[in-house]
Amino acid sequence: MKKHISLSNIALYGALLLLAMAYLLPAYLAMVTALKLPADITLPRAWEFPATANYASFGEAFTLLRPNIVNSVILTIGATFFSTILGSLNGYVFSKWKFPGSEIIFTLFLFGMFIPYQVILIPLFQTLRAMNLYGGLPGLILAHVVYGLPITSLIFRNFYAQIPDSLMESAALDGAGFFSTYLRIIFPLSIPGFVVTSLWQFTQVWNEFLWGICLTRHTANPITVGLAQLAGGQAVSWNLPMAGSILAALPVLLIYILLGRYFIRGLLAGSVKE
Amino acid sequence: MRHKDRIKAFFTLLPSIILISIFVYGFIGNTFWISLTDWGGVGALAEKPVRNYSGFSNYIELFTGFLGGGFRQDLVNAVYYSVMLLAGAIGIGMFLAILLDNKPKGEAVFRTIFLYPMSLSFIVSGTIWRWMLAPQGGVNILPTYVGLKPFTFSWLSSNNAVLQFNWQNLLQIALYITSAILILIGLRGLFRAKPKALKFLISGAVICGLAWLAGDILPKALFMEETHGFNTATFGIILATIWQYSGYTMALYLAGFTGISQDLRDAAMLDGAKTSEYYRFIAIPMLKPITISAVIILSHISLKMFDLIFAMTGPDNGQTGHPALNMYLTTFRANDFAKGAAIAIILFLIAGTFIIPYLVGSYRQRRTGR
Repeated sequence: MKKHISLSNIALYGALLLLAMAYLLPAYLAMVTALKLPADITLPRAWEFPATANYASFGEAFTLLRPNIVNSVILTIGATFFSTILGSLNGYVFSKWKFPGSEIIFTLFLFGMFIPYQVILIPLFQTLRAMNLYGGLPGLILAHVVYGLPITSLIFRNFYAQIPDSLMESAALDGAGFFSTYLRIIFPLSIPGFVVTSLWQFTQVWNEFLWGICLTRHTANPITVGLAQLAGGQAVSWNLPMAGSILAALPVLLIYILLGRYFIRGLLAGSVKE
Repeated sequence: MRHKDRIKAFFTLLPSIILISIFVYGFIGNTFWISLTDWGGVGALAEKPVRNYSGFSNYIELFTGFLGGGFRQDLVNAVYYSVMLLAGAIGIGMFLAILLDNKPKGEAVFRTIFLYPMSLSFIVSGTIWRWMLAPQGGVNILPTYVGLKPFTFSWLSSNNAVLQFNWQNLLQIALYITSAILILIGLRGLFRAKPKALKFLISGAVICGLAWLAGDILPKALFMEETHGFNTATFGIILATIWQYSGYTMALYLAGFTGISQDLRDAAMLDGAKTSEYYRFIAIPMLKPITISAVIILSHISLKMFDLIFAMTGPDNGQTGHPALNMYLTTFRANDFAKGAAIAIILFLIAGTFIIPYLVGSYRQRRTGR
């Protein structure tokens, strides 16, 4: 029995280690390339470690991407804040104040999460232009808040479903109304919900590209657009795009590694059924 | 008092309802309307172009017109892309989840490693993978480190196309596919001794026979021969997408496996089931809802795939084309908003065919669940 287990264990750990290496290869290659001097980057020796680490590429990439990073920070914080607050209130209504038709409305909300965004891109572009919001960050924030509503409402709805209705009833007996119940009972219990939702929105907004490139002018381009431009040129040596990629990935990677538990909960919530 | 609170609740929700109805439903309707116009032809860039209603001419042009060939190739490529992505990401994700479900030491570390690509932007992963798949470096020279010959496949620029078919025969092919699905359903029913099985089998066989016999008299979708297939350059994109999303399906399945009670597993083992049999006959069938979720979400991602292709091969590479990219180029580069809208509506309809049943199903489940 014991021998059998150890044999299958070898296979298990062998497979896991091989796969882990494969999944880490791109990260390794990006790091190694970013640390090389431009002259040392050649295709046949792409995987080799640099003789001396050159950190200058990071500084250079940061200087190039700084305006984009500033834009993305403003964009991400603004969009995350508003969509999370609204999502919390919506989730509260959807789970604790059901009214006839609220389930249908909720389903109609969810639909907004699954549409290919190309289908709303042209009217969105025109509407923002008509509202004088095209090209800048406020318009992009508006778009992210609106199309973030389905997922934030969903996460909070599922989260509040776990809060027992008896709490609501005792609050009602104490004479608490709609808003005072939210402020006194629901909101204080919502901290994990807010963490999950805001982390999820933060990564989504930070990583988004399609709206960034279609709805903003050059000065308001977010980090993804800046990186695409940095990496898009033909003559560019590969250390800069790699350093830029690492910089652009850093905030979300940190969130994921440090707060992975909450990140995964947001991820699972996206599959509707919980 | 309660009544007043109910009104407050509704008014709290109202702003979101208005926003969603305009920005989701209103905009979809607007895009559909735009797709039925000609968007003012040369005056397209004006703030308020004069639009003329032109019926379904944009769609007809895309599917059967002389200039729609690029779109048709993109569409075919996207279908192959979706199927391969689904198979790859679900297969590998399930395999990873089974490995981790055996609770190896360092499970949390492995889980983190398999899932971290998911947190990255497609632009980041696309940039890195473009370098990974460079023809004479990256992945292609990896075999040399274990003493093998390097690969020579040009991942992102190969001009080969496989699985080609003639677009003229679209109707015939659609009939063949329908009959194949019917026959499969029939065979499945036959094994489970369902009474309707024969009906499916017979209708499938009849359609197949008719499509074969009538092959030459079926209306042609195009006036000339035009072959479309899967461009092998797309393999690079598929590889990167699987790298990024297999961890996601792993997380879904892992959550599902953990939800199955240990008692059930112990009982199965006591009955003499092998580990493989436990997964094959008990765990994976139990997780059918999760598989459905994964299929829906991955198809949704593959249908709107834009960023990754943009970052890996640039917007202008025809070999790895995708309707989502085509829509962007048609709309914002060529300023043909009407045709761009038509492409968007086609993507939306494809997505709708599996998202709407899914949402209706989950809605029913919520209503009967309590």
